[in-house]
Amino acid sequence: MNSFITSSIGKKAIMGVSGFFLVSFLCVHLTANLMIVADSSGETFNEVCHFMATNPIVRVIEPVLALGFLLHIALASWLTLQNRAARPVKYARSNQSGNASWASRNMYILGALILVFLLLHLWNFWWKIKFAGDPLLAQTEVDGTLMENTYALVSGLFKTSVAYCVLYILGGILLGLHLTHGFGAAFQSVGLSNRVWRKRWAVLGVLFAVVIAAGFSIIPVYFLLGLG
Amino acid sequence: MSDKILKELTLKIWRQKDAKAKGGFETYKIRDISGGTSFLEMLDILNEQLVGENKEPVAFDHDCREGICGMCSLFINGRAHGPDDEVTTCQLHLRRFKDGETITIEPWRSGAFPVIKDLIVDRKAFEKIQQAGGYVSVTTGGVPDGNAIPVPSEKAEEAMDAAACIGCGACVATCKNSSAMLFVAAKVSQLALLPQGKIEAARRAKAMVAKMDELGFGNCTNTGACESECPKKISIEHIARLNREYLKAKLQE
Amino acid sequence: MNKLNAKIPEGPLAEKWANHKAHIGVVSPANKRKLDIIVVGTGLAGGSAAASLAELGYNVLSFCYQDSPRRAHSIAAQGGINAAKNYQNDNDSIYRLFYETIKGGDYRAREANVYRLAEVSGAIIDQCVAQGVPFARDYGGLLDNRSFGGALVSRTFYARGQTGQQLLLGCYGALNRQVKNGNVKVYSRHEVLDIVIIDGKARGVIARDLVTGKIERFGAHAVVLATGGYGNVFFLSTNAMGCNVSAAWQAYKRGAFFGNPCFVQIHPTCIPVHGDQQSKLTLMSESLRNDGRVWVPKKKEDAEKLQAGTITPNDIPDEERDFYLERRYPAFGNLVPRDVASRAAKERCDAGFGVNNTGKAVFLDFKYAIRRLGEETIRKRYGNLFQMYEKITDVNPYREPMMIYPAIHYSMGGLWVDYNLMTTVPGLYAIGECNFSDHGANRLGASALMQGLADGYFILPYTIGDYLAKEIQTPKIDTASPEFDKAEQQVNDRLRALHDIKGTKSPDHFHKLLGHVMWDHVGMARDAESLEQALRLIRELKQEFYRDLRVTGDFSAMNNELEKAGRVADFFELAELMTRDALERAESCGGHFRLESVTEEGEAKRDDERYRHVSAWEYKGDNVAPELHREPLAYENIQIAQRSYK
Repeated sequence: MNSFITSSIGKKAIMGVSGFFLVSFLCVHLTANLMIVADSSGETFNEVCHFMATNPIVRVIEPVLALGFLLHIALASWLTLQNRAARPVKYARSNQSGNASWASRNMYILGALILVFLLLHLWNFWWKIKFAGDPLLAQTEVDGTLMENTYALVSGLFKTSVAYCVLYILGGILLGLHLTHGFGAAFQSVGLSNRVWRKRWAVLGVLFAVVIAAGFSIIPVYFLLGLG
Repeated sequence: MSDKILKELTLKIWRQKDAKAKGGFETYKIRDISGGTSFLEMLDILNEQLVGENKEPVAFDHDCREGICGMCSLFINGRAHGPDDEVTTCQLHLRRFKDGETITIEPWRSGAFPVIKDLIVDRKAFEKIQQAGGYVSVTTGGVPDGNAIPVPSEKAEEAMDAAACIGCGACVATCKNSSAMLFVAAKVSQLALLPQGKIEAARRAKAMVAKMDELGFGNCTNTGACESECPKKISIEHIARLNREYLKAKLQE
Repeated sequence: MNKLNAKIPEGPLAEKWANHKAHIGVVSPANKRKLDIIVVGTGLAGGSAAASLAELGYNVLSFCYQDSPRRAHSIAAQGGINAAKNYQNDNDSIYRLFYETIKGGDYRAREANVYRLAEVSGAIIDQCVAQGVPFARDYGGLLDNRSFGGALVSRTFYARGQTGQQLLLGCYGALNRQVKNGNVKVYSRHEVLDIVIIDGKARGVIARDLVTGKIERFGAHAVVLATGGYGNVFFLSTNAMGCNVSAAWQAYKRGAFFGNPCFVQIHPTCIPVHGDQQSKLTLMSESLRNDGRVWVPKKKEDAEKLQAGTITPNDIPDEERDFYLERRYPAFGNLVPRDVASRAAKERCDAGFGVNNTGKAVFLDFKYAIRRLGEETIRKRYGNLFQMYEKITDVNPYREPMMIYPAIHYSMGGLWVDYNLMTTVPGLYAIGECNFSDHGANRLGASALMQGLADGYFILPYTIGDYLAKEIQTPKIDTASPEFDKAEQQVNDRLRALHDIKGTKSPDHFHKLLGHVMWDHVGMARDAESLEQALRLIRELKQEFYRDLRVTGDFSAMNNELEKAGRVADFFELAELMTRDALERAESCGGHFRLESVTEEGEAKRDDERYRHVSAWEYKGDNVAPELHREPLAYENIQIAQRSYK
């Protein structure tokens, strides 16, 4: 199996599978986020966050998720380095925009930008919730259970900073762009594509990318518009 | 079939004395040439000009001049086999260019395809990949009758789609990663689709991919650039099949 | 005494090959390992031979001038491969394929060879299928067939319009398998420039590494030439740019007789010449004549208007169209053999009914087939050919008829070989298009692939054993011998001389001029006067070549100009022999059409009394007339007749 991980197809398959895993995480994350908009009292969102923080299964998955990210990033870096090295002399003139989409040609850059956003995002929320704490996180009671007021932390950030709102919208768009190529490519890389499915994955990929980009952007937009 | 005459074309051509020399671009002019002239005939004319001036002609690979041998290459104005679709350079005609245009001509660029001279590159890497397992292991004689094993015509057609590969290397030249996946996929897919080739499909996929990786081609990142520049329009669906065949083979280990 | 011994086995025709195989020598597996064989060329004949010989256990050295064996010009064959499988239940048989091949060749091929070819034809299909060649299949999954010229049955197997490519990739695979097994070493980008003869036997070759320019020696117990045809002597032909006669020509100069050099095939369906700067002609597959109808206008005025471009072909109503093949040859119609179709086109064009701005083209119209079968069916059958046509001419053949004109395509002539495919030099074999072969004076469509693979897969691997069985005591050939020294020196001197002329004109310049002379005088129609004139012109041009040639670039490095110069030098000599042969054969037969020898209806008229033989020429030295030897052709199983396709 050693040669599998070093083989080009093996690496790509792992990229695809880790991608799928991250995509499923995105779905869960988005669903939870949408609770902010769905219930302006913040109670539902707080409940979901509390569940996430206390459920043993989620606790186990969290480090796995981190590993998924690391694997995805590490392999992407490895692939990119190899790919750069494969063409030591560049073309003087090259018409790449004519034969492949911008996103497909810039996945690593998109990924790197998303990583920057992710770090910012972790610092904004995860770091505070887990370790640093924040006055906004003061305990609140929902249906008789005491829990951290995560809603206050999130809404506080977006209500006070237009810049963060824009950054988060940008983050959503970057993610969407990454997925316009990544979604279908993951299926291609694990061999789950053919003449018929190829077109379906392409359409689904764009749809999914739009859902993710729009879905994550709804929250900052919601606060920007003063709805929350 | 009377074509317009192009009054002047400027050619920016990569010249490199041999594998070790440091190359560079040279600029040449071609005047009063018919749009019905093929691109390589234009280079023939340029070379006649150069010989007339006692200069060394531009070396480029070519042979059949009808788009099937896969010998001709050339990266023309940033595209493998030039600005026309579904053609090799030898089938490209000057009517695709505008009068007065500057045409940049470069060799295939890939670490796995080192330049031999001017526009000629060494594609032995493709040979090595094929030798690793791009065949059905049958010996001459002692095979069953041609009709002994029926093959569904759709399968035969799909196999033929893949088999149409001419091994020119445009996929590698085009791919931003210099990946040879489309080339390898075409062969693996063709033989995996046919009952005659299926028997050693697993071994073939593993051997050819291992050789491809060893030779320094980049990795496929599914951009699809290869298929859009492939003169034979080989589809990346065959890459999906290669992925499938390879993963299946590895899982069976 | 006749120096030619064809070694045709005794016995009834149908048993000759079986009997022969049963009685010839065989080399044991242990001894095969000790024997080296050089195979020059990697097309269908050379590739299949190299693979099959290596499978048997011989050490094979395989040479090609291209960067990969897969690029040999067999790859460009479009239409298909014949085999007497009778899968269509249309009364095909080995005898019928044999008969039609002999007749198609205008009774100038050897019976025993052709029968053997038909006999092994079926096995070729089986072999290719097993290799994974994706032949076209019907909806039941069985192999499909199409019809080709000169045949009354449907026996042509095909893989779209890329049959040659697919067959070649099949044998390239077999070759690669042997490379991997260590039994074959491939020398690509190597050009074989001489054959080394030691004690009267072929013992090796001298080759130039086209990348480094180094001249190298290779020894072997036998040498097989599979170097294809010499159509490029005409400069413009359907051959690949690199196709050349050099290895075969040096073999001739080393003692191998050259058979029927004047027999070349002119293919009727090529894309017409567009200008004087063209380098290459493109063939449109003969299979197109299955569904395309050939015509020119009935009225000369219409032809003139078409030439001037004032009307389009679609402006001419059906009743004003002259479907001259259907008119002249009702039985075979558009599917007459190539030589007949080519001459008929030339006849119409010479009479002033030709189209295109040059007046040198006829129409091949698919309107009728599209009407009958629908555009989709036509697209499925010929889509890639139509696309190719449109890319070259900028005309859409689904809407407007194609324009076609005959062009040089194939060489029936070549090195004379006996039944074992051995030339007159012991240990030197010639297979495929390179030999004078089985096609007589005209080859039928889809038979070149058949012959190449028959020779390589199923004939040579047997017959070479007969020779090598006597060579098992011969140690590895020592390339440091004086014979190798001398041969290498000669190659070196020859090339050096060309390089050092330092004139003003490129090899292509002379090649083009030679091509014009050959096309005008030794082309589709020949007569004594024009042939005499050709001999003069060739000699004059050759003198100028040696006086004014310019080869730029370094001698000892990659140098395309030097390669071309060497090839053109050999073409000059071949051109002379071709012309001499054409002059000597004062009859019309197949592709060789002498204006002095025609029937009242203007068809080719053979002279069986005087010319029912193979002409084999023996080299006697530079500037010395070659000696003609005749191998009489006996027809014991076929009623010889004036060929008719009416």
